[in-house]
Amino acid sequence: MSKIRTQLMLCGGTGCSATSPAVREVFEKELERQGLSEEVQIVETGCNGFCTLGPVMLVQPEGIFYQKIKPKDVPEIVEEHLLKGRPVEKLFYVEPASEETIPTMNEIPFFSHQMLRVMRNKGLIDPEVIDDYIARDGYFGAAKALQEMTPGQIIEEMKISGLRGRGGAGFPTGLKWEFASKSPGDIKYVLCNADEGDPGAFMDRSILEADPHAVLEGMIIAARAINSHKGYIYARTEYPLAIRRLTIAIQQAREYGLLGEDILGTGFDFDIEIYEGAGAFVCGEETALMRSIEGKRGMPRPRPPFPAQKGLWEKPTILNNVETLANVPQIILNGGEWYSGVGTETSKGTKVFALSGDVNNIGLVEVPMGISLRTIVFDIGGGIPNKKEFKAVQLGGPSGGCVPEQHLDIPVDYEEIAKVGAIMGSGGMIVMDENTCMVDMARFFMDFIQDESCGKCTPCREGTRRLLEILNRICEGKGKPGDIEDLEELSSVIKESALCGLGQTGPNPVLSTLRYFRDEYEAHIYEKRCPAKRCVALLKFEIDPDLCSKCGACFRHCPAEAITWKKKDVAVIQKDKCIKCMTCFEKCKFGAIF
Amino acid sequence: MGKLTIQDLKKIKENASKKMTLRGEKGDIKVIVHMGTCGIAAGAREVMETLMEELGQADHENIQVVASGCLGMCSSEPNVTVEIQGKTPVIYQHMNANKMRQVFKRHVLKGEVQTDFALARG
Repeated sequence: MSKIRTQLMLCGGTGCSATSPAVREVFEKELERQGLSEEVQIVETGCNGFCTLGPVMLVQPEGIFYQKIKPKDVPEIVEEHLLKGRPVEKLFYVEPASEETIPTMNEIPFFSHQMLRVMRNKGLIDPEVIDDYIARDGYFGAAKALQEMTPGQIIEEMKISGLRGRGGAGFPTGLKWEFASKSPGDIKYVLCNADEGDPGAFMDRSILEADPHAVLEGMIIAARAINSHKGYIYARTEYPLAIRRLTIAIQQAREYGLLGEDILGTGFDFDIEIYEGAGAFVCGEETALMRSIEGKRGMPRPRPPFPAQKGLWEKPTILNNVETLANVPQIILNGGEWYSGVGTETSKGTKVFALSGDVNNIGLVEVPMGISLRTIVFDIGGGIPNKKEFKAVQLGGPSGGCVPEQHLDIPVDYEEIAKVGAIMGSGGMIVMDENTCMVDMARFFMDFIQDESCGKCTPCREGTRRLLEILNRICEGKGKPGDIEDLEELSSVIKESALCGLGQTGPNPVLSTLRYFRDEYEAHIYEKRCPAKRCVALLKFEIDPDLCSKCGACFRHCPAEAITWKKKDVAVIQKDKCIKCMTCFEKCKFGAIF
Repeated sequence: MGKLTIQDLKKIKENASKKMTLRGEKGDIKVIVHMGTCGIAAGAREVMETLMEELGQADHENIQVVASGCLGMCSSEPNVTVEIQGKTPVIYQHMNANKMRQVFKRHVLKGEVQTDFALARG
């Protein structure tokens, strides 16, 4: 027997692979036991995107989607579904809003609203098998660029496509390549920025894990466009799986002669090396990244000269983000016109977002530019869990800002998002519900920024520290009149005077929360009250007798035995025993504790 | 493997695509083997194995083989349904290895419905 009838596409992304190897092992055993090993094949894929339901598996060709598979479920799947043809319903996806069971992947709203370009191979190919990638038109873009196109034509095609940098700043990719191609010099470099550092962002990691060859192919095309023969992928060392798959991919591409000398017999030479970063946030900034590859301490330098003139080792260099490069092969293969057919006036193509926070469907989504944020949060994301209210969505990590309810209908577009005080960013999208304190949120990001500040310039090193101190004071109930004005003044100074992009955008979390949630800052400072009831220091730990349902949940859960309660009586917190651990607060379903 | 030329790249694509047909676009022809407990007891495993063998030999990309549950006509098991796009599906009854081979060669590959073994159109 030589033919496979069913393939089990088991997700091997970082999220799912916490348990998927165990699941795979049981599958192999059970298939063997039922005599199905030769008819049914297990394929380990890259991240499917629906991380919150992991481990997930797609059964092809039927398209049945299983979620949260445990090793003990496997015998049932093998016997019932694979042997007897009865899909196991209890492992189907259940739509959170309607509680409806949906068996096939394409009907699940999380997937059906997406548009896959960068992630077109996710869950379809085995990322460690180069032939799988080639079967999906892999390396045909590079072949076309090397054989049929001049560097000028490649750059022209990129400009027509309207592709803009997906790392966050949104600089037109074609233009960047053009500058570097015009710079004089024999030695030039193509760099891939895989130093994804924003809290809550995991797009690039998943692309590298699911489709590493797409990034390599993009780099080959970029190298041809600027006539470079050496490329580096700067990946953070915290991404072991991505680095492993990249290493395998580079090895396979070299064996096929798709990297190295005389690629595809065209006489063009190009090779790629992986450089592992040590995990400093600042090394995602282009000039700091290049210093780090040079073996120096990763710190930004003033621009100009821009990297297109003087970059790595003072040679003309282009640096593109993982997602940007993964778009390139398809643009070359299908043409810039095809690519720009999707999107808005100034933002073309698709964008990958890492959806996380207070949202039902946490995971990775790729959407066409121009789709509204509301569609992403409520249709793809499935809305807010536990029947809570939406408050804001944070875009672009520490350099970004938040978008409140009233602006949720704006389209995904570089300019439109900037108008409401946030940025497109690299794709981190953190959803926050009514229980999030915006002052506390700003404090979290400021803590991150001041911690990651490289210290080279004073505005960032000292300024962000002072911002954090003020925010800490406000959250501890020690805010004083004038704090808001100080925050604003300091922020604007940092914005204007910091050396690099990360410093200049550092105060954004403060500014954007002040823009939409100034009343929360005022409540903290003037009324010593945290409206979202998040800041422990501002809570009184008292029980409102009118709201208390006398259920005793707080009493049962209090670890300090600080609550007295009898059946049919209102509970009372004894303040001398209370350790302010928030347990009662979390257990009370009626919001009676304040 | 040595250096690839663009011709080699095309060959690899062709070969690898065959292995991946299950994952992408659906085939035009679907052969369903009904494998409930009743079907398996009546010999559906053997039918499935024969079908897979035939499929392996035929080297045809547009055929999808699916195991499915009991039809409800347990007395006529093993049942096999052949669905060709644009045509009425045909359900075969009391299948065995030989009948499966005939149905595969004549109906699936050539489109001739084997009325002698058929239970119903549906």
